[in-house]
Amino acid sequence: MAAKNMIQALNDAMDVLLSSDPDVVIFGEDAGYFGGVFKTTDTLQEKYGADRVFDTPINEAAIAAMAIGMAARGLKPIAEIQFADYIFPAFDQIVSEMSRIRYRSAGQFTSGCVVRTPWGGGIRGGQTHSMSPEAFFTHVPGVQVVVPSNPHDAKGLLIASLESGDPVIFFEPKRIYNGPYDGVPDRPLLSWAKHAKGEVPEGHYTVPLGKADIVREGEACTVVTYGTLVHVAQAAAEASGIDAEIIDLRTLVPYDIETIAKSVNKTGRVVVAHEAPRTSGFGAELAAQIQEDCFYALEAPVFRLTGWDTPYPHAHEWAYFPTRDRFVRALQTVTEA
Amino acid sequence: MADADPRFHVPTPPFRPGDEPDFAHLKLQKAGEAKKPAVDVAGIDTLSLATGLVGVLDHNHQAVGEWDPRLSPEVLREGLSHMVLTRIYDERMLKLQRQGKMSFYMKCTGEEAVAVAAAMALDKADMIFPSYRQQGMLFARGRNIVDMMCHCISNSRDNLKGRQLPVHYTWAEGNFFTISGNLGTQFPQAVGYAMACAYKGDERVAASWIGDGTTAEGDFHGALTLASTYRAPVILNVVNNQWAISSHQSIALGDGPTFASKGLGYGIASLRVDGNDFLAVYAATQWARERARSGAGATLIEMFTYRSDAHSTSDDPSKYRPKTESAAWPLGDPIERLKQHLIGRGEWDEKRQTKLEEEMTKLVVKSYKEAESYGTLHDGPLSPTESIFEDVYKEQDWRLKRQRQDLGV
Repeated sequence: MAAKNMIQALNDAMDVLLSSDPDVVIFGEDAGYFGGVFKTTDTLQEKYGADRVFDTPINEAAIAAMAIGMAARGLKPIAEIQFADYIFPAFDQIVSEMSRIRYRSAGQFTSGCVVRTPWGGGIRGGQTHSMSPEAFFTHVPGVQVVVPSNPHDAKGLLIASLESGDPVIFFEPKRIYNGPYDGVPDRPLLSWAKHAKGEVPEGHYTVPLGKADIVREGEACTVVTYGTLVHVAQAAAEASGIDAEIIDLRTLVPYDIETIAKSVNKTGRVVVAHEAPRTSGFGAELAAQIQEDCFYALEAPVFRLTGWDTPYPHAHEWAYFPTRDRFVRALQTVTEA
Repeated sequence: MADADPRFHVPTPPFRPGDEPDFAHLKLQKAGEAKKPAVDVAGIDTLSLATGLVGVLDHNHQAVGEWDPRLSPEVLREGLSHMVLTRIYDERMLKLQRQGKMSFYMKCTGEEAVAVAAAMALDKADMIFPSYRQQGMLFARGRNIVDMMCHCISNSRDNLKGRQLPVHYTWAEGNFFTISGNLGTQFPQAVGYAMACAYKGDERVAASWIGDGTTAEGDFHGALTLASTYRAPVILNVVNNQWAISSHQSIALGDGPTFASKGLGYGIASLRVDGNDFLAVYAATQWARERARSGAGATLIEMFTYRSDAHSTSDDPSKYRPKTESAAWPLGDPIERLKQHLIGRGEWDEKRQTKLEEEMTKLVVKSYKEAESYGTLHDGPLSPTESIFEDVYKEQDWRLKRQRQDLGV
């Protein structure tokens, strides 16, 4: 067991996968010799060779297609898209192909692979380096969608994703690569070394897909969120003194309805939160399913705390981002209703 | 206004309905003239092959030149038989579609050699990433005809459980990848597959086919980029059948000289081949396979052919091209040309041809009777309804289980 940040934990996961299975290959723009722009694949090419960890041309569609073709031949590819904002050239290959190979061939071919990509805002990345495009993918039958919120889970989820045998879009909240974030603008970086989930076990382990984690137990309301906002939610509960139960979804598809429903049936009040824009965001799915499953337990409307229906702004980043203060107001609103 | 010249260039086909088609302007290189380079030739040194035309059968149906693959009469008769079966199968399936037996159909009339000769030149272990007009490959690889029909009529024996439109075949056992209806997506996938073959150190190559219109898609260029970068053992085929539904090939080609020449900038060996010449298609595919196996990299092959019939059962070609255009096509009909070649060699005759056609017709009629006994799209039986929730993922999650209950199956 050693303290690791999320980048080191993901690197460790890929190291474990590469060393244990010769069919694992990793590729992406700058992912080879340089080790990725966030250094997530650092040293892996040196360790495993240029045919197992390699650079690709700047063509996200081709990267996704290559993963599909390789998976059809029995390899287990991990493809990196440099930023989630750049995933759209690969959209057709993911939506029309990767997600449906098993289905349209009636199981004769499969396309198990992981598409990793840095995701989300809070890093002054502006509109092309801050997006949270998860809802585009949660709408696609045949892909699974995963968002870790800490180093321990990041490693276990990445290993579980590749071993699942089905395609996984793996969004990495880059704001918390190097430390948890409490959602107070311009606060200096915290360290994963002081966080319980910064402790990353050695070797192979998995965090199961489809299982949420209750990161804070509480009675006053339920918060359902994922990624960076898991930490902001915790900071908001502390700052407000509101006894929120906070659920880290970890997997968006398939999401853990059992854990959500159990909590909502207990608290009767819910905040669903994400950085992505509100309209047709994943929060809409959560709110709809919660009212279907927990209607008679609800004592207040489900509150959606989200980014705005605007592109992600640069200078006014903190007016867009669901900060701790906005989170506090959300908790107050939903508990006072 | 409609009579004014367009303010920017919009390519037009040489002939529209009512015109008298004459393809003399094509100035095609004669059979036997193209040189055959060593398989490790540098891509850029294939310029004359990319702009010329690799042909073997001359106007007298004799095999001439360096590209003659010198195939035995047995192999040629086998090829003829697969092509005849493909054409008869297509005719029959079209008729059945017209009778409402299936929702949709696509023929490959005039393009039989492109599929059959290529499949025969490849090894059966080589992976095929086809488009929707290479049904001839299935016959060449020995796919059961009843199974093909069961797919097309979406019945209880459809190996795709009724999930795909007719003609979107999948046959893993025969190394025939699952056909997508989205154009060109399979091209870069084939490169990934080929790279995986190289990675695994096996003897196999991958090959893919798209149409002339699809070369405009980003995936065409992505595939060529990957194939060049990683020197993948892959054969990338563009079937230039002159028409993308109603759009003439010039809409995708622009001012390029040929589709094959698009490979040169990528450093990929590039050939334009007479796609109606069984021997030329065979020889070019064999050469490209050898090149891929030797580690010299990919080949882009433009199969120059003509789509003699409609794009699909959903369009009427007489609305956008002359009815006589197909007959005016200067490279003839692939079945007739191979037949005449065999007759010229004393290895075939009209009587045997008639007998072959009769046998194939009988086979197709008999096969359809059997296929229909397993159900049809309209009258069933189909695959079980609950199967729509299978194979989305390896395992059904709670959402699919609930939705299946909602549907009551």
